[in-house]
Amino acid sequence: MAGRVTAARRSLPTYLVLGPFAILLAFPFYWMLVTMFKEDLDLYNAENVPYVYNPIQWKFWESATTKHVEFLFTDTHYPDWLVNTAIVGIAVVVITLIVALPAGYALARLSGSWGQTAGIGIFLVYLIPPTLLFLPLSPLVARLGLQNSLLSLILVYPSFTIPFSTWLLMGFFKTIPQELEDAALVDGCSRLKALTRIVFPISLPGILTVVIFAFSLCVNEFIYAFTFISSTENRTISSGVPNELIRGDVFFWQSLMAATLIPSIVLALLYNTFLDRFIKGFTGGAFR
Amino acid sequence: MEAHAASRRKPGTRRWRRALEDRRVLAPLLIAPAVIFILLVVGVPFGWAIYLSLTDSIGGSLKGNWVGFDNFTNAWADDNFRKAFRNTLIFTLASQAIVLVGAAVLSHYLMSDFRGKWFIRLLIIMPWAAPVALGTLGWLWIFDSLFSVINWTLGHGLGVVDSSDPPQWLGRPNLALLSVIVVHAWRILPFAVIIFLAGLASIPSEVDDAAKIDGATGIKKLLYVTLPLQLPIALVALLFGIVFTAADFTVVYVLTQGGPFNSTQMLTTWSFQIGINSGSLGEGAAISLYLFPLLAAVTVAMLFFAKRAQVS
Repeated sequence: MAGRVTAARRSLPTYLVLGPFAILLAFPFYWMLVTMFKEDLDLYNAENVPYVYNPIQWKFWESATTKHVEFLFTDTHYPDWLVNTAIVGIAVVVITLIVALPAGYALARLSGSWGQTAGIGIFLVYLIPPTLLFLPLSPLVARLGLQNSLLSLILVYPSFTIPFSTWLLMGFFKTIPQELEDAALVDGCSRLKALTRIVFPISLPGILTVVIFAFSLCVNEFIYAFTFISSTENRTISSGVPNELIRGDVFFWQSLMAATLIPSIVLALLYNTFLDRFIKGFTGGAFR
Repeated sequence: MEAHAASRRKPGTRRWRRALEDRRVLAPLLIAPAVIFILLVVGVPFGWAIYLSLTDSIGGSLKGNWVGFDNFTNAWADDNFRKAFRNTLIFTLASQAIVLVGAAVLSHYLMSDFRGKWFIRLLIIMPWAAPVALGTLGWLWIFDSLFSVINWTLGHGLGVVDSSDPPQWLGRPNLALLSVIVVHAWRILPFAVIIFLAGLASIPSEVDDAAKIDGATGIKKLLYVTLPLQLPIALVALLFGIVFTAADFTVVYVLTQGGPFNSTQMLTTWSFQIGINSGSLGEGAAISLYLFPLLAAVTVAMLFFAKRAQVS
């Protein structure tokens, strides 16, 4: 008992610092949550306390509603956007793994001193922002007949997922003991076989981390999705929600907030689960 | 058995197999797809952007007449461009200042173990995990001109602002610039925390023990032990932050579209305005390339610090 009390007292400053920050940082998401179930009469009454649900005409059982969330899923293209986002994300992750797995391994193990430099070089490509590339890419995409097609995004997104993933995978592969591979090589395995039979299976947690983060980069991307795709039903969530759910001056705030909160929570849970591994891979790359 | 089977294969295959065992052959072979892909989808468009910026190309076309540096000088002569240039600098520096201080404090406390850490960390990383366009929409609603929760709290709640004439967060030039800075800092802060945590995780535990023996705790330890050791990775976080902020398009576009009166126009939104909306592809490309010197400087600095972090 006593030990527990002192432990709690020792972490008191931690709570006092982190608590307010956490509340501040997460507030917009709380705000989305409160908004998405509100009745119009409650939401658009400036006298009401906005943080809670206010009963309308004292009928407290009618103070919250799911109808705006239902509207989002039945009367808008939101479900299509979710599907499109998933298609793009999965396709990009597959392409990324095919290209980045061998590259990350080679940079970690086979390439000696120039490997480190090459690794950093590939990673720096991640820093060339889409805002510098979208202007030439958008007529290029049109010329290839890919405008308004998800294929354009599938083709362009690996431009940032590959550098990012190669870097992380390089970090993960470096943490695998060399002896395991050497043993396999001595046993007559070829290098490629050692790679697919030994290295990749051991690295599965790291590879999964890369999958999560590469997928989330695709969900996040805005400017390509916004400029390449123009028809409502072909959009992804990141360009569909801000551009298609707002009609002129009419904002369907409850539906909008539901549309923003759902993917945010899913991604945040995934991030938090894989964060420790992400940190390991990131530092394993170079900043040791 | 295996060797026997191999010897019966064509000699060409065997030579090829032996070559695959040689790291001087295998390594470039495994890296090549990544390099080729990157050259195609990053190198080519980047070169094209430079080419376009030197032509009078207009919307939809990939060619134009050579005009030299006219696009760059014309862009610079425009007041809106210079405003965008200045805004980009303010936006980047101000939001990164907030981010660095916040990340140093948060990561320090997140290193310790405490009950409920998983949940608190979840709340802290949410702004970075959420898709940027969607998180920013949440802020659009928070800054709403009629039903802003900030204004309700300040007006009805605390009574410090006049509820009949509340601040228009996105409707007044200075407030709008402040708003986009705060929202971007909100978004980048968790990322900087993650990078800081990565840096702290790499500090050996012996240093911690030594600090404890010498009686360094709390703020003192943060100032004299942790921060100096963290400097290289803090710089890496800063450099990332600078690139992400200077090159950001989404936050500004969703919140203000560069308004009111171009007061939150950035190089990115202005190049979109000129290159896509007005269709002057060449000049749009020139405007976005004004970002390049900044990005190049950051890249060089990054290489330098990455090397140093590695050595130490």
